[in-house]
Amino acid sequence: MEIDFVIEKFILVIALFAISLLIAMYSTYAERKVAAFLQDRLGPDRAGPFGILQPLADGVKMFMKEEIIPANANKWLFMVGPGLAMLCACIGTAVIPWGQDMMVGDRLVKLQVTDINVGLLYIFGVISLGVYGVMIGGWASNNKYSLLSAIRAASQNISYEIAMGLSIIALLLVTNSLSLREIVSQQHGFNWNVWYQPLGFLIFMVCAFAETNRAPFDLPECEAELNGGYHMEYSSMKLGFYLFAEYINMFVSSTVMAALYFGGYNYPGMDYMAGLLGPTWAPLFGTAIFFLKIFAFIFFFMWVRWTIPRFRYDQLMSLGWKGLIPLAIANIVITGIVIALTNNF
Amino acid sequence: MESLSNKKKVLVSKPLNFAERMYLPAIASGLTTTIGHFFKKPATVKYPEQEREFSINWRGMHSLKRDEQGRERCTACGLCALSCPAEAITMIAAERKNDEKHLYREEKYASVYEINMLRCIFCGLCEEACPKEAIYLDGPIVPADYLRKDFIYGKDKLVEAPLESVLEVK
Amino acid sequence: MGTSVFYFVATLSVIFALMVVFAKNPIHSVLYLILTFFTFTIHYVLLNAQFLAVVNFIVYMGAIMVLFLFVLMLLNLNKDNEPNKSALLKVVGIIAGGCLVVTLIGSLKSVAIANPLVLKNPNLGLVENLGKELFGPFMLPFELSSLLLLSAMVGAVLLTKKEEKANG
Repeated sequence: MEIDFVIEKFILVIALFAISLLIAMYSTYAERKVAAFLQDRLGPDRAGPFGILQPLADGVKMFMKEEIIPANANKWLFMVGPGLAMLCACIGTAVIPWGQDMMVGDRLVKLQVTDINVGLLYIFGVISLGVYGVMIGGWASNNKYSLLSAIRAASQNISYEIAMGLSIIALLLVTNSLSLREIVSQQHGFNWNVWYQPLGFLIFMVCAFAETNRAPFDLPECEAELNGGYHMEYSSMKLGFYLFAEYINMFVSSTVMAALYFGGYNYPGMDYMAGLLGPTWAPLFGTAIFFLKIFAFIFFFMWVRWTIPRFRYDQLMSLGWKGLIPLAIANIVITGIVIALTNNF
Repeated sequence: MESLSNKKKVLVSKPLNFAERMYLPAIASGLTTTIGHFFKKPATVKYPEQEREFSINWRGMHSLKRDEQGRERCTACGLCALSCPAEAITMIAAERKNDEKHLYREEKYASVYEINMLRCIFCGLCEEACPKEAIYLDGPIVPADYLRKDFIYGKDKLVEAPLESVLEVK
Repeated sequence: MGTSVFYFVATLSVIFALMVVFAKNPIHSVLYLILTFFTFTIHYVLLNAQFLAVVNFIVYMGAIMVLFLFVLMLLNLNKDNEPNKSALLKVVGIIAGGCLVVTLIGSLKSVAIANPLVLKNPNLGLVENLGKELFGPFMLPFELSSLLLLSAMVGAVLLTKKEEKANG
């Protein structure tokens, strides 16, 4: 391993980490602003111009709060829970190809931490692991509401993982690869996967809402029934970790949706732009486009949250098992038939 | 039984039809509603900088009035304190000296007049009880503060500014 | 470097596996089992079997162990309500454990230190090759096992249906 390779990856990892945290920070601000605008209000506007320093103020508040560990809680697991939630949220971005290969000087830099050939399954696994943070935290709190919430989270995540996996299988039939790098580079220009897999995208998106515990599927933290859910006993930065992990998860799932179905860094007219900007700036421009798509998805997450009321638990389960899973299977069958027909005739 | 008002509405819960069971049309219409509000002017104001006009019957902070010659009207009769349901008002009466005739209208006046703004419920009964038209709840919102003792407003905060000073400012 | 990583991870898996058995709290036991599975995932990665690693990760760690945890959290397992084991059960336990030890010793005796296994095709564990193997020479067993799973699913559905009839 050459030293410059290590340095390059190191910089990339640090940058990714910083970007995810920054986006998560400002997602909290954006969430409050979007909620305010959708409800004809102004939102936070006191800290700095337009309230731009609000996340910092929130962070300081979180750090300054008293740290409370309930007397009968399992102390060790109580501390592991939020850490695990944060870890699973942060490692998902490692396999995302953020841009085309970039020329820096005379060096070809890959804007991807690692390209493992099961990248898609890796993300899927990390997402499925995220539920442990919630479950362990909820159980270790030694509180019945937290426990109920943890159990809700577990059953919800497992149910929607199935439909999500099935919708990914249909996508795999189209792309023929599990490597995210290849999936994204196949969608050159405007040849995005969403044109081939509209139903698959819809299923994937609904499941992403459920996996990130976002409204209308935020039953694990349903404050009307569970007094705040799995993080009820948490205070200070441990609570902050849970809330932060939710926003990072939202960022990661927006990224995955943008990469899998909306072309990632590809955009119409990219060849023209590549000629115009040269091999250093064109990939960066593509990355900027990628982030625009991600922000659009994050906005959509928020828009939905402030529009749709929460599902009831039986509605959630019947939607998952009786609605999405059969649809996803039908989607696989139809995709398979169409591919077989187009290949043979 | 027959409804007399004719406003009775019988609700029937039908099973959802296919479009309703898909949720998507309803979700789409909900999303268009909310995005419409995204571009609307906010209904709120930036409070400390911007203030909304108070209504005519608004009851805010109390002020102790002066008469047309700039003398305090209050005679410390204590009716306001008696009428106060929240026990927020207290006062100490004093006799007017001869050289204070330009300061107080009546022979008796309130040397100390205190309202505890944390107790006050802004019902306006003191205003109604006052026989001398000395107290009115015509001020702005009582501002926030850090200490409980700072909410006990004395005469320094309650009595209207003297006439001359108002004229001077104008 | 590969072998030292292997020995490190292997030690970890043995330790975690022992912890599964010795942990007093069943929840801790399941959590140690999850860690054990995680070390197995690392083993698969070391063997360049990426697909198997990720599937182990998703299916065992992400789904099955979540269900284990789910069930154990619902059961209120305390030390107080643990049933007292009778002497007969202890004897049976000792005999069964002894049998296991004898089997293990017997199988260990015939073990020789083999040369490190070198695959003819080191990329066999990658998705494409694995898929070709599964749907080529191993087509029949693969499909049969899927039938087995299907019958299990049908059985599970039937079980719930029967209960419904008995109740109503």
